[in-house]
Amino acid sequence: MDHLDALENKSIYIIREAYYRFKNIAMLWSVGKDSTTLLWLIRKAFFGKIPFPIIHIDTSYKFPDMYEFRDRLAREWNFPLIVGRNEEKLAAGMSPSSGMKLECCTELKTNALKQVIDKYKFKAIFLGIRRDEHGIRAKERYFSPRDDQFQWNYENQPAEIWDQYKSYLDKEEHYRVHPILHFTELDIWKYIQREKLPIIHLYLAKEGKRYRSIGCVPCCSPIESSATTIEDMINEVAASKTSERAGRAQDKENIYTMQKLRALGYM
Amino acid sequence: MEEKALPIVITGHIDHGKSTLIGRLLYDTGILKEDRYQEITASSSLLGKETEFAFVLDALEEEREKGITIDTTQIYFQTPKRKYVIIDAPGHKEFLRNMITGASYADAAVLIIDSNEGIMEQTKRHGYLLSMVGIKDICVLINKMDLVGYSKDIYDRVVAGMKDFFGNLSLRPRFYIPISALKGNNVAKRDPSITWYEGPCLFEALDELEFKTFEERPFRFPVQDVYRIGNEKIVAGRIESGEVAVGETVYLLSKGLRVKIKEIRKFLEDNIKTASYGESIGLIVEGANGIKRGDILSGDNNVRTVKDFDANLFWFYGEYNKGDKIQIKCTTQESYCSLSITEKFDPATMDKKKEGLHHLEIGEIAKAKIKLRKKIAIDTFSYIPEMGRFILEKNGIPVGGGIIV
Repeated sequence: MDHLDALENKSIYIIREAYYRFKNIAMLWSVGKDSTTLLWLIRKAFFGKIPFPIIHIDTSYKFPDMYEFRDRLAREWNFPLIVGRNEEKLAAGMSPSSGMKLECCTELKTNALKQVIDKYKFKAIFLGIRRDEHGIRAKERYFSPRDDQFQWNYENQPAEIWDQYKSYLDKEEHYRVHPILHFTELDIWKYIQREKLPIIHLYLAKEGKRYRSIGCVPCCSPIESSATTIEDMINEVAASKTSERAGRAQDKENIYTMQKLRALGYM
Repeated sequence: MEEKALPIVITGHIDHGKSTLIGRLLYDTGILKEDRYQEITASSSLLGKETEFAFVLDALEEEREKGITIDTTQIYFQTPKRKYVIIDAPGHKEFLRNMITGASYADAAVLIIDSNEGIMEQTKRHGYLLSMVGIKDICVLINKMDLVGYSKDIYDRVVAGMKDFFGNLSLRPRFYIPISALKGNNVAKRDPSITWYEGPCLFEALDELEFKTFEERPFRFPVQDVYRIGNEKIVAGRIESGEVAVGETVYLLSKGLRVKIKEIRKFLEDNIKTASYGESIGLIVEGANGIKRGDILSGDNNVRTVKDFDANLFWFYGEYNKGDKIQIKCTTQESYCSLSITEKFDPATMDKKKEGLHHLEIGEIAKAKIKLRKKIAIDTFSYIPEMGRFILEKNGIPVGGGIIV
């Protein structure tokens, strides 16, 4: 079994464990490369028939290509899609340009997700996060319990050994499940290449620039790059001297922003 | 280069320098990305410190403020020979569950000891647990040599103490390296100024450590779930040992039946003939109805299907008191169980106790008979590790683990 096969088999095992434990489960899909990879692995785990809904949290500030890609894939891969928007805050004009990036993320991502979870009573959510993204994410478990306030109790995480995942559910609790935690950025690109997965072309260089990480238009900046194919990208990522999220405004603002966002329940 | 990274857990007593060592290693080898280094420098100065290498791994605000590692972390790096996943484990007794979580991901281990302070409680607990969870290859580092004037006598004394400790265990450390994580001696490259030491530096020693190997064993397939898709029932699971081929007859242990493997399924792959260890697959099975999660398909009939068995336990969260409602999880099998402890000890003292056996605390090891409410299928840990290890839960929280002897 090669390296990518080993990663894939482990992810599929985790996906099936979570589905067995929590029937009322859904997946959070950002339409980026990581969660699209996760979506593909979920298709594999269930032999092509995804048995739960896929959630897209729409801040309204996403790249137009992302909306087109989302709707196309939902059609082609035939899964139920839930689009979650914090309509109240959007109507009130919430935006990252008002100088409150953390608050904007909290309202348009975290609270929009809370609204979806409340409405559909989901007990667990699949997320496509990876350990190598950020120091905080390196401390995540595959099954991560959250309390009724969506808080991540990062100081008191349960042990997780030998593929046994804590799944006991208090009434006021839900779980985040992270089946691709063990993939690196490089693994993701190699896997996308091998599996011939569709990706948004924003990742590929145009006029010397490309996005290494995509989210909301105002908070993502492109990097200098000549990578116009996935092959180029694999070489570029392997040689990179900066980490992937360096282009994300969110992480730069405050050293512990990521920890705070996670503790508040954002991805 | 081999794409598969060797996972190595870094263990040792609190403050003996685990996180500092890893930060130093990454910095010296140019793996630490520039923006991360700047973030660490900024975070350090915010707390009034010089650039603190431990912050590379101690990313939580509380960890940086208190200067301790709370939770296990993983970081990727590579030498010219191969890739590594370095797993940092906390050295505090209270966070033993996080150390074990880290160790369970690892194939090999580093155990770090402060030369000045010597062998401490967590040095022994970690050493013992590494041996218990099946780590075969270990490298011992005698750290903070700069604080003891690079003294050979002190190094020799610590090495003798560790050899004595490991003398009773199955684990034999491959290297004992004198280092200073703070100054960088013998970390990324050999330090010729330590003239009495002729062995490898850490970097070279890591390249010598090996992946866990596994032996050819009979087929074992714990059923994870059964999916009804169209008119078909697909039995989903992962092969925990051996291999299977279409057309073979295997045992369905819970029912004492033999069933035939009609098809092996994976999404978008046709006509699969065989599958082996580690593969998550679907099976179409003929000859039995009502297959469900927790059933085991087996290539031979030598698996023990039992209601009680002997095990070595380790306790890592809260307390155990006789009468506690304990649940055991072994592969996809689960049952309530009770423990009858026959002996217990804390590896920190190795003092074997025959009394107080109604109670266990964090860090204690016990020999016990486990009595189950319903039968499960097991192998010994030394024969098929995946089928010979389990965890214990109390009130839905993992509290201990064990291996079947």
